[in-house]
Amino acid sequence: MAEKKSLRHEFTKGIVEENPVLRLVLGTCPTLAVSTSVSSAIGMGIAATIVLVCSNIVISALRKVIPSKVRIPAYIVIIASFVTMIQLLFKAYVPALDSALGVYLPLIVVNCIILGRAEAFASKNTVIASALDGIGMGFGFTAALFLISTVREILGSGTFLAGIKDLLAVFGDFSFNGFKIPFISENPMIIFVLAPGGFFVFGIMIALSNRIAGKKGKKKAELRGCEACPMAKSCSMVGSCDENKEEAQA
Amino acid sequence: MQNKLTVSASPHIHSSETTTGIMLDVIIALTPAAVVSVIFFGLHALAVLATSIISAMVFEYVSRKIMKRSNTLGDLSAVVTGIILAFNLPSTIPLWIVVIGTFIAIVIVKQMFGGIGQNFVNPAITARIILMTSFPSLMSTWTQPLVTKTGADAVTSASPLAIMADITKSADIKAAMESAGLPSLKDMFLGLRPGSMGEVCAAALLIGFAYLLIRKVISPIIPLTFVGTVAVCMLIAGRGSLEFVAYQILSGGLLLGAIFMATDYTTSPINRKGKVIFGIGCGLITSLIRLFGVLPEGVSFSIILMNIFVPHIENLTTPKPFGLVKEKKEKNKEEAKA
Repeated sequence: MAEKKSLRHEFTKGIVEENPVLRLVLGTCPTLAVSTSVSSAIGMGIAATIVLVCSNIVISALRKVIPSKVRIPAYIVIIASFVTMIQLLFKAYVPALDSALGVYLPLIVVNCIILGRAEAFASKNTVIASALDGIGMGFGFTAALFLISTVREILGSGTFLAGIKDLLAVFGDFSFNGFKIPFISENPMIIFVLAPGGFFVFGIMIALSNRIAGKKGKKKAELRGCEACPMAKSCSMVGSCDENKEEAQA
Repeated sequence: MQNKLTVSASPHIHSSETTTGIMLDVIIALTPAAVVSVIFFGLHALAVLATSIISAMVFEYVSRKIMKRSNTLGDLSAVVTGIILAFNLPSTIPLWIVVIGTFIAIVIVKQMFGGIGQNFVNPAITARIILMTSFPSLMSTWTQPLVTKTGADAVTSASPLAIMADITKSADIKAAMESAGLPSLKDMFLGLRPGSMGEVCAAALLIGFAYLLIRKVISPIIPLTFVGTVAVCMLIAGRGSLEFVAYQILSGGLLLGAIFMATDYTTSPINRKGKVIFGIGCGLITSLIRLFGVLPEGVSFSIILMNIFVPHIENLTTPKPFGLVKEKKEKNKEEAKA
């Protein structure tokens, strides 16, 4: 049972509590660059997730074979091969999205999230756990990109899911190509598609996620109070422990 | 808490100065320019002013309430931010943009960083810059004041700064200025020129400046060094033409920025040396943007940049407490002896 529970944790931790973008602040460069439109953000998220899962599996499978001195070059070679595959697939099936993502698609090779997970997780854990970790982290990355790009696209260009046709081209020819938001599309706040707007939205998202995660953290702090202290009975400070707690939080 | 507050023995200095009192003085100082802008630009200017003040107060109240902090409407700082933001907008601006502006100023810049006294940049200026980058055409559509309009409607026209950016490139400055069709210097001083609502009338702004100085609300160091630096730079750029300098000082938001925005307590240095550095920095950046930048006006960018530098300026200019240096030297000597 314990094994199962921890496996589920490997999957869920990447979505909220260890969200790679909003909690670990990794992969900032692609996040800011491609989050100007939702469709390119989703495309980026999917590409990075596939690479992350595949490279996590392979690195985890080879973790006992790769000498630790040359592990980083080895990881990069593995990641780069998957990125090349993804890039060729994108070029073949969704060429418009490939050109929209531009240089950021091949740059997945040096994406901190993927290298970070390889170094911090896949090289120390089993194949199944690494695959689940990759899926969770990839999902968290895509979700964060989706949130940021939604705000930026709606406020910055007055559209939602514009250019989704390029992404759906894999499944056939769709006429649906996103919504146009009335009023905002006539007076878009250009700053949101520019770099400063990206930083604003990113910062506010981090602040919000810290606030949400901060609320969870407080519960843990309460456990560290006098009840958890083995010296509580003989401690002369029993009454004043509450003050210490407040100071620690401040 | 007790360890954090040092309570010394009496006597304690008591002052009747309050935040509300200071803010009230600033509002009084802003009134002449507000009256002039309504006379010059008509009822829509009044609507912009009212929207700005009311929405600023509403955002202040609501955001404090949501963040479960004490109500700070009474300190009038939101009113000041509202007036100054309105002064930075063209009178033709749609009212919903004004509301976005006050939202940025009050909620994002001020309250998210902890409210009055905690913001690291001037709220009104940040709002102006964000609006300027977001709605460039709406934010630079200036009209002639109603007093001077000749036709049935106020016509859109280029502000003097936009005209003057080209003048420095011509060989003969005097001839270029005469042919450029600038308003006369008297008109520039009285405010009969296109521009943002509060920045046009230099006379009204100077009355406000005098009032603030008499009431000792602000120190004259920042405005004087700011405008002085711009004057020196423009004297060089205009190759000695005093007329060019006068036009540069009276145009754009220089006086409004130097008197009311660069002197904001929270975002300017505390002591004299720091104030001088701050003012000169503002003046240099403004001149550089005006002369070489893509945008015609650089006052708001210069102030926000120097706002960001303020903590470093404060570090550089912290006065040394009496005797501190000696103590350190003696310690060093003792260590050396040992």
